Amino acid sequence: MIVEGTVLKYGDKIDTDIIIPARHLKYTDPAYLAQHAMEPLDPEFYKKASKGVIVVAGKVFGMGSSREQAAIALKAAGVKAVIAESFARIFYRNCINNGLPLIVLPNVTKEINEGDFVKVNVETGEVTVNGRTLKGKGITGMALEILKSGGIMDYLKKVSV
Amino acid sequence: MTGTLTEKILSRASGKAVSPGDVIEAKTDIVAFHDLTGYHVIEVMEKANMVKIFDKAKVVVAFDHLSPPPDVRSAEIQGNIRKFVRENKLPNFHDINVGILHELLIENYALPGQVIVAADSHTTTSGAVGAFAQGMGASDVAAAVITGKTWLVVPKPFKVNLKGTPGEWINGKDVALELLGKFKADYFNGMSIEVFVEDPKAFPMDYRATVSNMGIEMNADTLMFVPDAETRNFIKGMRGVEVELITPDKGANYEDEYTIELNRMEPLVAAPYSVDNVRTAREESKVPVDQVYIGSCTNGRISDFAIASKILKGKKVKTRCIAIPSSYEMFKQAMNRGYIEDLVNAGCVVTYGTCGPCLGGHFGVAGPGEVIVSTSSRNFRGRMGSNDAKVYLSGPSVAAASAATGYITDPRDLQ
Repeated sequence: MIVEGTVLKYGDKIDTDIIIPARHLKYTDPAYLAQHAMEPLDPEFYKKASKGVIVVAGKVFGMGSSREQAAIALKAAGVKAVIAESFARIFYRNCINNGLPLIVLPNVTKEINEGDFVKVNVETGEVTVNGRTLKGKGITGMALEILKSGGIMDYLKKVSV
Repeated sequence: MTGTLTEKILSRASGKAVSPGDVIEAKTDIVAFHDLTGYHVIEVMEKANMVKIFDKAKVVVAFDHLSPPPDVRSAEIQGNIRKFVRENKLPNFHDINVGILHELLIENYALPGQVIVAADSHTTTSGAVGAFAQGMGASDVAAAVITGKTWLVVPKPFKVNLKGTPGEWINGKDVALELLGKFKADYFNGMSIEVFVEDPKAFPMDYRATVSNMGIEMNADTLMFVPDAETRNFIKGMRGVEVELITPDKGANYEDEYTIELNRMEPLVAAPYSVDNVRTAREESKVPVDQVYIGSCTNGRISDFAIASKILKGKKVKTRCIAIPSSYEMFKQAMNRGYIEDLVNAGCVVTYGTCGPCLGGHFGVAGPGEVIVSTSSRNFRGRMGSNDAKVYLSGPSVAAASAATGYITDPRDLQ
Protein backbone atom coordinates (compact mmCIF):
# COMPACT_ATOMS: atom_id res chain seq x y z
CA MET A 1 0.00 0.00 0.00
CA ILE A 2 1.75 3.16 -1.24
CA VAL A 3 0.49 6.74 -0.89
CA GLU A 4 2.18 9.97 -1.90
CA GLY A 5 1.71 13.69 -1.77
CA THR A 6 3.05 17.11 -0.81
CA VAL A 7 3.66 17.78 2.87
CA LEU A 8 1.70 20.08 5.15
CA LYS A 9 3.63 20.37 8.39
CA TYR A 10 2.47 21.12 11.95
CA GLY A 11 4.00 21.00 15.43
CA ASP A 12 3.56 18.97 18.63
CA LYS A 13 0.31 18.23 20.45
CA ILE A 14 -2.17 18.86 17.64
CA ASP A 15 -5.31 17.99 19.59
CA THR A 16 -8.72 16.84 18.43
CA ASP A 17 -10.28 20.23 19.26
CA ILE A 18 -7.94 21.67 16.61
CA ILE A 19 -8.53 18.87 14.09
CA ILE A 20 -12.32 19.28 14.36
CA PRO A 21 -13.81 21.71 16.92
CA ALA A 22 -16.64 20.42 19.14
CA ARG A 23 -19.22 22.71 17.55
CA HIS A 24 -19.08 20.55 14.40
CA LEU A 25 -19.63 17.22 16.17
CA LYS A 26 -23.36 17.13 15.68
CA TYR A 27 -22.70 15.99 12.12
CA THR A 28 -20.84 13.06 10.56
CA ASP A 29 -21.08 14.03 6.88
CA PRO A 30 -17.50 13.84 5.49
CA ALA A 31 -17.98 16.74 3.06
CA TYR A 32 -19.16 19.03 5.86
CA LEU A 33 -16.43 17.95 8.29
CA ALA A 34 -13.70 18.35 5.63
CA GLN A 35 -14.45 22.07 5.33
CA HIS A 36 -13.73 22.56 9.03
CA ALA A 37 -10.65 20.33 9.42
CA MET A 38 -7.85 22.05 11.37
CA GLU A 39 -9.95 25.22 11.37
CA PRO A 40 -8.65 26.90 14.55
CA LEU A 41 -5.00 26.50 13.54
CA ASP A 42 -5.10 26.77 9.76
CA PRO A 43 -8.35 28.07 8.24
CA GLU A 44 -6.87 27.50 4.75
CA PHE A 45 -6.27 23.79 5.46
CA TYR A 46 -9.26 22.60 3.46
CA LYS A 47 -8.06 24.43 0.33
CA LYS A 48 -4.45 23.30 0.79
CA ALA A 49 -5.37 19.65 1.41
CA SER A 50 -7.82 19.29 -1.45
CA LYS A 51 -5.08 18.33 -3.94
CA GLY A 52 -4.12 15.34 -1.79
CA VAL A 53 -1.48 15.86 0.91
CA ILE A 54 0.58 14.09 3.55
CA VAL A 55 0.41 15.67 7.02
CA VAL A 56 3.66 15.69 9.01
CA ALA A 57 3.56 16.56 12.72
CA GLY A 58 5.33 16.22 16.06
CA LYS A 59 4.35 14.46 19.25
CA VAL A 60 0.94 13.04 20.28
CA PHE A 61 -0.91 13.99 17.13
CA GLY A 62 -4.65 13.58 17.77
CA MET A 63 -4.49 13.92 21.55
CA GLY A 64 -7.75 14.47 23.35
CA SER A 65 -11.22 13.34 22.55
CA SER A 66 -12.59 10.14 21.04
CA ARG A 67 -14.49 12.01 18.30
CA GLU A 68 -14.20 9.89 15.20
CA GLN A 69 -15.00 12.97 13.12
CA ALA A 70 -11.31 13.95 13.51
CA ALA A 71 -10.24 11.04 11.31
CA ILE A 72 -13.18 11.52 8.94
CA ALA A 73 -12.46 15.25 8.53
CA LEU A 74 -8.79 14.81 7.65
CA LYS A 75 -9.41 12.01 5.20
CA ALA A 76 -12.29 13.79 3.52
CA ALA A 77 -10.24 17.00 3.24
CA GLY A 78 -7.67 15.13 1.11
CA VAL A 79 -5.11 13.81 3.62
CA LYS A 80 -3.57 10.59 2.25
CA ALA A 81 -1.53 9.74 5.36
CA VAL A 82 -0.28 11.31 8.58
CA ILE A 83 3.36 10.89 9.63
CA ALA A 84 3.99 11.95 13.23
CA GLU A 85 6.51 11.43 16.02
CA SER A 86 3.77 9.80 18.08
CA PHE A 87 -0.01 9.50 18.04
CA ALA A 88 -2.75 9.42 20.63
CA ARG A 89 -4.16 5.90 20.90
CA ILE A 90 -7.85 6.65 20.29
CA PHE A 91 -7.10 8.83 17.27
CA TYR A 92 -4.81 6.14 15.86
CA ARG A 93 -7.59 3.55 16.04
CA ASN A 94 -10.14 5.97 14.58
CA CYS A 95 -7.89 6.56 11.56
CA ILE A 96 -7.41 2.83 10.99
CA ASN A 97 -11.18 2.39 11.27
CA ASN A 98 -11.71 5.06 8.62
CA GLY A 99 -9.00 3.97 6.20
CA LEU A 100 -6.53 6.78 6.91
CA PRO A 101 -2.94 5.39 7.15
CA LEU A 102 -0.55 6.57 9.88
CA ILE A 103 3.23 6.23 10.22
CA VAL A 104 5.12 6.74 13.48
CA LEU A 105 8.50 8.31 12.69
CA PRO A 106 10.57 9.79 15.54
CA ASN A 107 12.27 13.08 14.55
CA VAL A 108 10.15 13.39 11.41
CA THR A 109 9.70 17.13 11.99
CA LYS A 110 13.50 17.55 11.66
CA GLU A 111 13.74 15.37 8.54
CA ILE A 112 10.82 16.54 6.42
CA ASN A 113 9.78 20.09 5.53
CA GLU A 114 6.57 21.76 4.44
CA GLY A 115 6.22 21.40 0.67
CA ASP A 116 8.42 18.28 0.34
CA PHE A 117 7.03 15.53 -1.85
CA VAL A 118 6.95 12.20 0.01
CA LYS A 119 6.11 8.64 -0.84
CA VAL A 120 4.91 6.39 2.00
CA ASN A 121 4.87 2.61 2.20
CA VAL A 122 2.09 2.10 4.72
CA GLU A 123 3.04 -1.49 5.61
CA THR A 124 6.84 -1.20 5.94
CA GLY A 125 6.75 2.36 7.31
CA GLU A 126 9.34 3.50 4.74
CA VAL A 127 9.06 7.16 3.79
CA THR A 128 10.93 8.40 0.72
CA VAL A 129 11.71 12.12 0.58
CA ASN A 130 14.26 14.06 -1.53
CA GLY A 131 15.95 10.81 -2.63
CA ARG A 132 16.35 9.54 0.96
CA THR A 133 14.43 6.77 2.66
CA LEU A 134 13.46 7.11 6.32
CA LYS A 135 12.34 4.10 8.30
CA GLY A 136 9.24 4.58 10.40
CA LYS A 137 6.77 2.20 12.02
CA GLY A 138 4.12 1.14 9.55
CA ILE A 139 0.81 -0.61 10.11
CA THR A 140 0.90 -4.36 10.65
CA GLY A 141 -1.12 -7.20 12.15
CA MET A 142 -4.76 -6.75 13.02
CA ALA A 143 -4.64 -2.98 12.44
CA LEU A 144 -3.49 -3.58 8.85
CA GLU A 145 -6.24 -6.12 8.27
CA ILE A 146 -8.82 -3.63 9.56
CA LEU A 147 -7.34 -0.80 7.46
CA LYS A 148 -7.36 -2.97 4.33
CA SER A 149 -10.95 -4.06 4.99
CA GLY A 150 -11.96 -0.38 5.05
CA GLY A 151 -12.63 -0.22 8.78
CA ILE A 152 -13.64 -2.32 11.79
CA MET A 153 -17.24 -2.88 10.70
CA ASP A 154 -16.25 -4.16 7.26
CA TYR A 155 -13.58 -6.29 8.92
CA LEU A 156 -16.21 -7.72 11.29
CA LYS A 157 -18.47 -8.65 8.38
CA LYS A 158 -15.55 -10.40 6.71
CA VAL A 159 -14.43 -12.40 9.75
CA SER A 160 -17.93 -13.28 10.97
CA VAL A 161 -18.89 -14.89 7.61
CA MET B 1 3.71 -16.06 37.18
CA THR B 2 3.30 -12.73 38.97
CA GLY B 3 1.10 -10.19 37.26
CA THR B 4 0.39 -6.48 37.39
CA LEU B 5 -3.21 -5.34 37.71
CA THR B 6 -3.21 -4.69 33.95
CA GLU B 7 -1.98 -8.19 33.13
CA LYS B 8 -4.38 -9.87 35.52
CA ILE B 9 -7.43 -8.02 34.16
CA LEU B 10 -6.50 -8.53 30.52
CA SER B 11 -5.60 -12.19 31.05
CA ARG B 12 -9.04 -12.83 32.49
CA ALA B 13 -10.72 -10.83 29.71
CA SER B 14 -8.84 -12.58 26.89
CA GLY B 15 -8.73 -16.04 28.43
CA LYS B 16 -4.96 -16.41 28.14
CA ALA B 17 -1.74 -15.21 29.75
CA VAL B 18 -0.73 -11.80 28.39
CA SER B 19 2.39 -9.64 28.32
CA PRO B 20 2.93 -6.00 27.34
CA GLY B 21 2.87 -5.58 23.55
CA ASP B 22 0.57 -8.53 22.89
CA VAL B 23 -2.38 -7.83 20.62
CA ILE B 24 -5.40 -9.46 22.25
CA GLU B 25 -9.13 -9.79 21.88
CA ALA B 26 -10.73 -8.90 25.21
CA LYS B 27 -14.29 -9.44 26.41
CA THR B 28 -15.97 -6.21 27.44
CA ASP B 29 -17.98 -6.08 30.68
CA ILE B 30 -19.57 -2.71 29.93
CA VAL B 31 -19.96 -0.81 26.66
CA ALA B 32 -21.27 2.74 26.89
CA PHE B 33 -22.00 5.87 24.93
CA HIS B 34 -23.57 9.28 25.41
CA ASP B 35 -25.62 11.62 23.25
CA LEU B 36 -22.84 13.37 21.32
CA THR B 37 -21.04 10.16 20.31
CA GLY B 38 -23.96 7.75 20.67
CA TYR B 39 -25.82 8.86 17.59
CA HIS B 40 -22.61 8.24 15.64
CA VAL B 41 -22.27 4.73 17.14
CA ILE B 42 -25.84 3.95 16.06
CA GLU B 43 -25.21 5.42 12.58
CA VAL B 44 -22.18 3.13 12.13
CA MET B 45 -24.22 0.07 13.19
CA GLU B 46 -27.12 0.98 10.91
CA LYS B 47 -24.89 1.75 7.92
CA ALA B 48 -23.22 -1.64 8.32
CA ASN B 49 -26.63 -3.22 8.72
CA MET B 50 -25.49 -4.86 11.96
CA VAL B 51 -27.90 -3.68 14.64
CA LYS B 52 -27.26 -6.53 17.07
CA ILE B 53 -26.46 -6.15 20.75
CA PHE B 54 -24.24 -8.64 22.58
CA ASP B 55 -25.89 -8.22 25.98
CA LYS B 56 -28.48 -5.52 26.58
CA ALA B 57 -27.80 -5.40 30.32
CA LYS B 58 -24.16 -4.49 29.64
CA VAL B 59 -24.85 -1.46 27.46
CA VAL B 60 -25.09 1.90 29.26
CA VAL B 61 -26.42 5.06 27.64
CA ALA B 62 -26.45 8.51 29.26
CA PHE B 63 -27.27 11.97 27.93
CA ASP B 64 -24.78 14.59 29.10
CA HIS B 65 -23.00 16.57 26.37
CA LEU B 66 -26.08 18.14 24.76
CA SER B 67 -28.16 18.02 27.87
CA PRO B 68 -30.69 19.63 27.98
CA PRO B 69 -30.50 20.20 24.22
CA PRO B 70 -29.35 23.73 23.29
CA ASP B 71 -30.64 23.56 19.69
CA VAL B 72 -32.84 21.59 17.32
CA ARG B 73 -30.09 19.32 16.00
CA SER B 74 -29.15 18.31 19.57
CA ALA B 75 -32.77 17.51 20.35
CA GLU B 76 -32.93 15.46 17.14
CA ILE B 77 -29.77 13.53 18.12
CA GLN B 78 -31.24 12.72 21.53
CA GLY B 79 -34.55 11.76 19.92
CA ASN B 80 -32.80 9.31 17.59
CA ILE B 81 -30.96 7.67 20.50
CA ARG B 82 -34.14 7.44 22.62
CA LYS B 83 -35.78 5.64 19.70
CA PHE B 84 -32.85 3.21 19.47
CA VAL B 85 -33.00 2.59 23.22
CA ARG B 86 -36.75 1.99 23.07
CA GLU B 87 -36.67 -0.28 20.04
CA ASN B 88 -33.85 -2.38 21.48
CA LYS B 89 -35.28 -2.31 25.02
CA LEU B 90 -31.98 -1.20 26.59
CA PRO B 91 -32.52 -1.20 30.36
CA ASN B 92 -29.63 1.08 31.35
CA PHE B 93 -30.64 4.37 29.82
CA HIS B 94 -30.22 7.69 31.62
CA ASP B 95 -32.03 10.66 30.12
CA ILE B 96 -31.21 14.38 30.64
CA ASN B 97 -32.16 14.32 34.31
CA VAL B 98 -29.55 11.90 35.65
CA GLY B 99 -25.97 12.90 35.04
CA ILE B 100 -22.67 12.59 33.24
CA LEU B 101 -21.90 9.15 31.79
CA HIS B 102 -18.55 8.62 33.54
CA GLU B 103 -19.98 9.59 36.90
CA LEU B 104 -22.97 7.26 36.41
CA LEU B 105 -20.62 4.40 35.51
CA ILE B 106 -18.78 4.83 38.80
CA GLU B 107 -21.95 5.24 40.86
CA ASN B 108 -23.87 2.33 39.34
CA TYR B 109 -21.95 -0.05 37.13
CA ALA B 110 -18.13 -0.20 37.13
CA LEU B 111 -16.42 -2.88 39.22
CA PRO B 112 -12.80 -3.73 39.95
CA GLY B 113 -11.25 -5.94 37.28
CA GLN B 114 -13.75 -5.16 34.53
CA VAL B 115 -12.95 -4.13 30.97
CA ILE B 116 -15.02 -1.07 30.05
CA VAL B 117 -15.11 0.67 26.69
CA ALA B 118 -17.14 3.76 25.90
CA ALA B 119 -17.37 6.29 23.12
CA ASP B 120 -15.69 9.07 25.06
CA SER B 121 -12.06 9.65 25.91
CA HIS B 122 -12.72 10.20 29.62
CA THR B 123 -13.86 6.60 30.02
CA THR B 124 -10.59 6.20 31.94
CA THR B 125 -12.56 7.67 34.89
CA SER B 126 -13.79 4.17 35.80
CA GLY B 127 -10.16 3.31 36.57
CA ALA B 128 -10.99 4.92 39.94
CA VAL B 129 -12.59 1.64 41.06
CA GLY B 130 -9.89 -0.50 39.45
CA ALA B 131 -11.48 -1.19 36.06
CA PHE B 132 -9.47 -1.29 32.85
CA ALA B 133 -11.42 1.44 31.07
CA GLN B 134 -10.68 2.97 27.70
CA GLY B 135 -12.29 5.52 25.46
CA MET B 136 -12.76 4.61 21.81
CA GLY B 137 -14.27 6.06 18.66
CA ALA B 138 -17.76 5.38 17.35
CA SER B 139 -16.74 2.49 15.06
CA ASP B 140 -14.82 0.61 17.75
CA VAL B 141 -17.68 1.06 20.21
CA ALA B 142 -20.22 -0.05 17.59
CA ALA B 143 -18.15 -3.22 17.10
CA ALA B 144 -18.05 -3.79 20.88
CA VAL B 145 -21.83 -3.27 21.20
CA ILE B 146 -22.34 -5.99 18.58
CA THR B 147 -19.71 -8.53 19.64
CA GLY B 148 -19.02 -7.81 23.33
CA LYS B 149 -15.33 -7.83 22.47
CA THR B 150 -12.62 -5.42 21.43
CA TRP B 151 -9.00 -5.70 20.33
CA LEU B 152 -6.28 -4.17 22.48
CA VAL B 153 -2.54 -3.87 22.63
CA VAL B 154 -1.52 -4.86 26.18
CA PRO B 155 0.07 -1.68 27.61
CA LYS B 156 3.29 -1.45 29.58
CA PRO B 157 2.51 -0.94 33.29
CA PHE B 158 3.81 2.09 35.22
CA LYS B 159 3.50 2.36 38.98
CA VAL B 160 2.55 5.54 40.85
CA ASN B 161 2.72 5.58 44.65
CA LEU B 162 0.67 8.09 46.65
CA LYS B 163 2.16 8.54 50.10
CA GLY B 164 0.82 10.45 53.08
CA THR B 165 -2.25 12.64 53.39
CA PRO B 166 -3.14 15.63 51.21
CA GLY B 167 -3.64 19.02 52.84
CA GLU B 168 -6.97 20.81 53.14
CA TRP B 169 -6.87 22.51 49.71
CA ILE B 170 -5.37 19.63 47.73
CA ASN B 171 -7.52 17.25 45.70
CA GLY B 172 -7.19 14.69 42.91
CA LYS B 173 -6.76 17.47 40.36
CA ASP B 174 -3.45 18.52 41.89
CA VAL B 175 -2.16 14.94 41.63
CA ALA B 176 -3.24 14.72 37.98
CA LEU B 177 -1.58 18.06 37.22
CA GLU B 178 1.56 17.06 39.10
CA LEU B 179 1.88 13.95 36.89
CA LEU B 180 1.20 16.00 33.75
CA GLY B 181 3.71 18.69 34.69
CA LYS B 182 6.37 16.15 35.52
CA PHE B 183 5.94 13.67 32.65
CA LYS B 184 4.17 15.82 30.00
CA ALA B 185 1.32 14.84 27.73
CA ASP B 186 3.04 12.14 25.68
CA TYR B 187 5.19 10.18 28.14
CA PHE B 188 2.62 7.50 29.03
CA ASN B 189 1.86 6.64 25.39
CA GLY B 190 1.29 2.86 25.29
CA MET B 191 1.34 2.52 29.09
CA SER B 192 -1.19 1.81 31.79
CA ILE B 193 -0.73 3.67 35.05
CA GLU B 194 -1.44 1.70 38.22
CA VAL B 195 -1.79 3.87 41.32
CA PHE B 196 -1.03 2.45 44.76
CA VAL B 197 -2.48 4.45 47.67
CA GLU B 198 -0.59 4.06 50.92
CA ASP B 199 -3.50 5.06 53.17
CA PRO B 200 -6.83 4.26 51.42
CA LYS B 201 -8.79 6.75 53.54
CA ALA B 202 -6.41 9.60 52.71
CA PHE B 203 -7.33 9.51 49.04
CA PRO B 204 -11.09 8.98 48.65
CA MET B 205 -13.00 7.86 45.55
CA ASP B 206 -13.80 11.42 44.40
CA TYR B 207 -10.08 12.22 44.21
CA ARG B 208 -9.34 8.92 42.48
CA ALA B 209 -11.99 9.61 39.85
CA THR B 210 -10.38 12.96 39.03
CA VAL B 211 -6.93 11.41 38.57
CA SER B 212 -8.27 8.49 36.48
CA ASN B 213 -10.32 10.91 34.41
CA MET B 214 -7.17 12.76 33.40
CA GLY B 215 -5.26 9.57 32.55
CA ILE B 216 -6.29 10.28 28.97
CA GLU B 217 -4.62 13.72 29.15
CA MET B 218 -1.40 11.86 30.01
CA ASN B 219 -2.06 9.80 26.86
CA ALA B 220 -2.06 6.66 29.01
CA ASP B 221 -4.03 3.66 27.75
CA THR B 222 -5.69 3.57 31.13
CA LEU B 223 -5.13 4.80 34.69
CA MET B 224 -6.30 2.48 37.46
CA PHE B 225 -6.27 2.72 41.23
CA VAL B 226 -5.36 -0.59 42.79
CA PRO B 227 -8.61 -1.59 44.54
CA ASP B 228 -8.50 -1.41 48.35
CA ALA B 229 -10.71 -0.82 51.39
CA GLU B 230 -11.83 2.56 49.98
CA THR B 231 -12.99 0.85 46.76
CA ARG B 232 -14.93 -1.74 48.72
CA ASN B 233 -16.53 0.86 51.02
CA PHE B 234 -17.45 3.14 48.13
CA ILE B 235 -19.24 0.41 46.17
CA LYS B 236 -20.92 -0.91 49.31
CA GLY B 237 -22.07 2.60 50.21
CA MET B 238 -23.35 3.46 46.72
CA ARG B 239 -24.85 0.14 45.66
CA GLY B 240 -25.04 -1.97 48.79
CA VAL B 241 -22.96 -4.77 47.28
CA GLU B 242 -19.79 -6.46 48.45
CA VAL B 243 -17.11 -6.69 45.79
CA GLU B 244 -14.18 -8.93 45.21
CA LEU B 245 -10.95 -6.99 44.95
CA ILE B 246 -8.45 -7.82 42.23
CA THR B 247 -4.93 -6.63 43.03
CA PRO B 248 -1.48 -6.92 41.46
CA ASP B 249 0.76 -9.70 42.68
CA LYS B 250 3.65 -8.84 44.96
CA GLY B 251 6.81 -8.64 42.85
CA ALA B 252 4.92 -7.81 39.64
CA ASN B 253 7.10 -6.16 37.05
CA TYR B 254 6.67 -2.44 36.26
CA GLU B 255 8.41 -0.36 33.57
CA ASP B 256 9.17 2.30 36.14
CA GLU B 257 7.64 4.03 39.14
CA TYR B 258 7.10 7.48 40.64
CA THR B 259 6.13 8.54 44.14
CA ILE B 260 4.11 11.60 45.11
CA GLU B 261 4.19 12.81 48.70
CA LEU B 262 0.70 14.20 49.14
CA ASN B 263 1.45 16.31 52.22
CA ARG B 264 4.06 18.30 50.26
CA MET B 265 1.77 19.29 47.41
CA GLU B 266 0.50 22.79 46.75
CA PRO B 267 -2.47 23.95 44.65
CA LEU B 268 -1.64 23.77 40.93
CA VAL B 269 -3.08 25.07 37.67
CA ALA B 270 -2.55 24.18 34.02
CA ALA B 271 -2.12 27.40 32.07
CA PRO B 272 -3.30 27.89 28.46
CA TYR B 273 -3.16 26.10 26.05
CA SER B 274 -1.92 22.78 27.27
CA VAL B 275 -2.82 20.36 30.05
CA ASP B 276 0.88 19.88 30.85
CA ASN B 277 1.65 23.62 31.13
CA VAL B 278 1.56 23.26 34.90
CA ARG B 279 2.37 26.00 37.44
CA THR B 280 1.49 26.70 41.02
CA ALA B 281 -1.66 28.75 41.56
CA ARG B 282 0.51 31.35 43.31
CA GLU B 283 2.66 31.80 40.21
CA GLU B 284 -0.47 32.81 38.28
CA SER B 285 -2.09 34.91 41.02
CA LYS B 286 -3.25 38.36 39.89
CA VAL B 287 -4.49 37.03 36.51
CA PRO B 288 -8.04 38.48 36.28
CA VAL B 289 -10.78 35.91 35.68
CA ASP B 290 -14.03 36.40 33.74
CA GLN B 291 -15.71 33.08 34.51
CA VAL B 292 -15.25 30.11 36.84
CA TYR B 293 -16.63 26.66 36.12
CA ILE B 294 -16.87 24.07 38.91
CA GLY B 295 -18.08 20.72 37.61
CA SER B 296 -17.65 18.19 34.75
CA CYS B 297 -16.74 14.49 34.90
CA THR B 298 -13.38 15.64 36.27
CA ASN B 299 -14.44 17.59 39.38
CA GLY B 300 -18.22 17.66 39.84
CA ARG B 301 -18.44 15.39 42.88
CA ILE B 302 -19.53 15.93 46.45
CA SER B 303 -16.06 16.69 47.84
CA ASP B 304 -15.59 19.31 45.11
CA PHE B 305 -18.82 20.99 46.22
CA ALA B 306 -17.84 20.70 49.87
CA ILE B 307 -14.66 22.69 49.18
CA ALA B 308 -16.41 25.22 46.94
CA SER B 309 -19.08 25.82 49.56
CA LYS B 310 -16.52 26.13 52.34
CA ILE B 311 -14.77 28.89 50.39
CA LEU B 312 -17.83 30.72 49.00
CA LYS B 313 -20.29 30.46 51.90
CA GLY B 314 -21.26 33.94 53.05
CA LYS B 315 -19.35 35.64 50.20
CA LYS B 316 -20.43 37.08 46.87
CA VAL B 317 -18.60 35.90 43.76
CA LYS B 318 -16.59 38.54 41.88
CA THR B 319 -16.77 36.64 38.57
CA ARG B 320 -19.47 34.73 36.76
CA CYS B 321 -19.46 31.31 38.40
CA ILE B 322 -21.18 28.20 37.05
CA ALA B 323 -21.37 25.15 39.32
CA ILE B 324 -22.68 21.79 38.07
CA PRO B 325 -22.71 18.62 40.19
CA SER B 326 -21.92 15.68 37.90
CA SER B 327 -25.11 13.75 38.61
CA TYR B 328 -28.52 13.80 40.26
CA GLU B 329 -27.01 11.82 43.14
CA MET B 330 -24.21 14.38 43.63
CA PHE B 331 -26.70 17.27 43.36
CA LYS B 332 -28.97 15.66 45.95
CA GLN B 333 -26.11 15.10 48.37
CA ALA B 334 -24.90 18.67 47.85
CA MET B 335 -28.43 19.95 48.39
CA ASN B 336 -28.93 17.95 51.59
CA ARG B 337 -25.68 19.27 53.00
CA GLY B 338 -26.55 22.87 52.17
CA TYR B 339 -23.80 23.37 49.59
CA ILE B 340 -26.20 24.26 46.79
CA GLU B 341 -27.78 26.94 48.94
CA ASP B 342 -24.36 28.34 49.84
CA LEU B 343 -23.33 28.54 46.19
CA VAL B 344 -26.63 30.01 45.00
CA ASN B 345 -26.47 32.63 47.77
CA ALA B 346 -22.93 33.46 46.67
CA GLY B 347 -24.27 34.20 43.19
CA CYS B 348 -23.37 31.01 41.32
CA VAL B 349 -25.46 29.57 38.48
CA VAL B 350 -26.24 26.01 39.57
CA THR B 351 -27.77 23.11 37.68
CA TYR B 352 -27.00 19.41 37.29
CA GLY B 353 -26.74 16.43 35.00
CA THR B 354 -24.77 18.05 32.19
CA CYS B 355 -21.20 18.41 30.92
CA GLY B 356 -21.95 22.14 30.71
CA PRO B 357 -19.33 24.46 29.26
CA CYS B 358 -16.47 21.91 29.44
CA LEU B 359 -16.53 21.28 25.70
CA GLY B 360 -17.89 24.63 24.58
CA GLY B 361 -21.28 23.16 23.78
CA HIS B 362 -23.56 25.33 25.87
CA PHE B 363 -24.25 26.72 29.34
CA GLY B 364 -21.30 29.09 29.60
CA VAL B 365 -19.34 29.15 26.35
CA ALA B 366 -16.22 31.35 26.54
CA GLY B 367 -16.14 34.59 24.56
CA PRO B 368 -13.14 36.14 22.74
CA GLY B 369 -10.32 37.16 25.07
CA GLU B 370 -12.00 35.84 28.21
CA VAL B 371 -10.10 34.10 30.97
CA ILE B 372 -11.76 31.02 32.46
CA VAL B 373 -10.76 29.00 35.51
CA SER B 374 -12.26 25.55 35.08
CA THR B 375 -12.19 22.33 37.06
CA SER B 376 -12.72 20.37 33.82
CA SER B 377 -10.08 18.32 32.02
CA ARG B 378 -8.87 20.27 28.97
CA ASN B 379 -7.66 23.76 28.19
CA PHE B 380 -6.94 23.24 24.50
CA ARG B 381 -7.32 26.29 22.27
CA GLY B 382 -11.00 26.75 21.42
CA ARG B 383 -12.10 23.96 23.74
CA MET B 384 -14.60 26.04 25.72
CA GLY B 385 -15.61 28.35 22.92
CA SER B 386 -13.61 31.18 21.38
CA ASN B 387 -10.13 30.36 20.07
CA ASP B 388 -8.90 33.47 21.91
CA ALA B 389 -10.30 32.49 25.30
CA LYS B 390 -7.72 31.37 27.86
CA VAL B 391 -8.65 28.43 30.04
CA TYR B 392 -6.80 27.61 33.26
CA LEU B 393 -7.47 24.19 34.75
CA SER B 394 -7.53 23.82 38.51
CA GLY B 395 -9.01 21.89 41.37
CA PRO B 396 -12.17 23.14 43.13
CA SER B 397 -10.32 25.06 45.84
CA VAL B 398 -8.45 27.31 43.39
CA ALA B 399 -11.58 27.66 41.24
CA ALA B 400 -13.77 28.73 44.18
CA ALA B 401 -11.07 31.02 45.60
CA SER B 402 -10.72 32.63 42.16
CA ALA B 403 -14.49 33.15 41.99
CA ALA B 404 -14.34 34.82 45.40
CA THR B 405 -11.61 37.31 44.43
CA GLY B 406 -11.97 37.73 40.66
CA TYR B 407 -8.42 36.69 39.92
CA ILE B 408 -6.50 33.42 40.07
CA THR B 409 -6.08 32.69 43.75
CA ASP B 410 -4.35 30.12 45.89
CA PRO B 411 -6.95 29.40 48.61
CA ARG B 412 -4.23 29.75 51.26
CA ASP B 413 -3.97 33.42 50.28
CA LEU B 414 -7.63 34.24 50.87
CA GLN B 415 -8.10 37.03 53.40
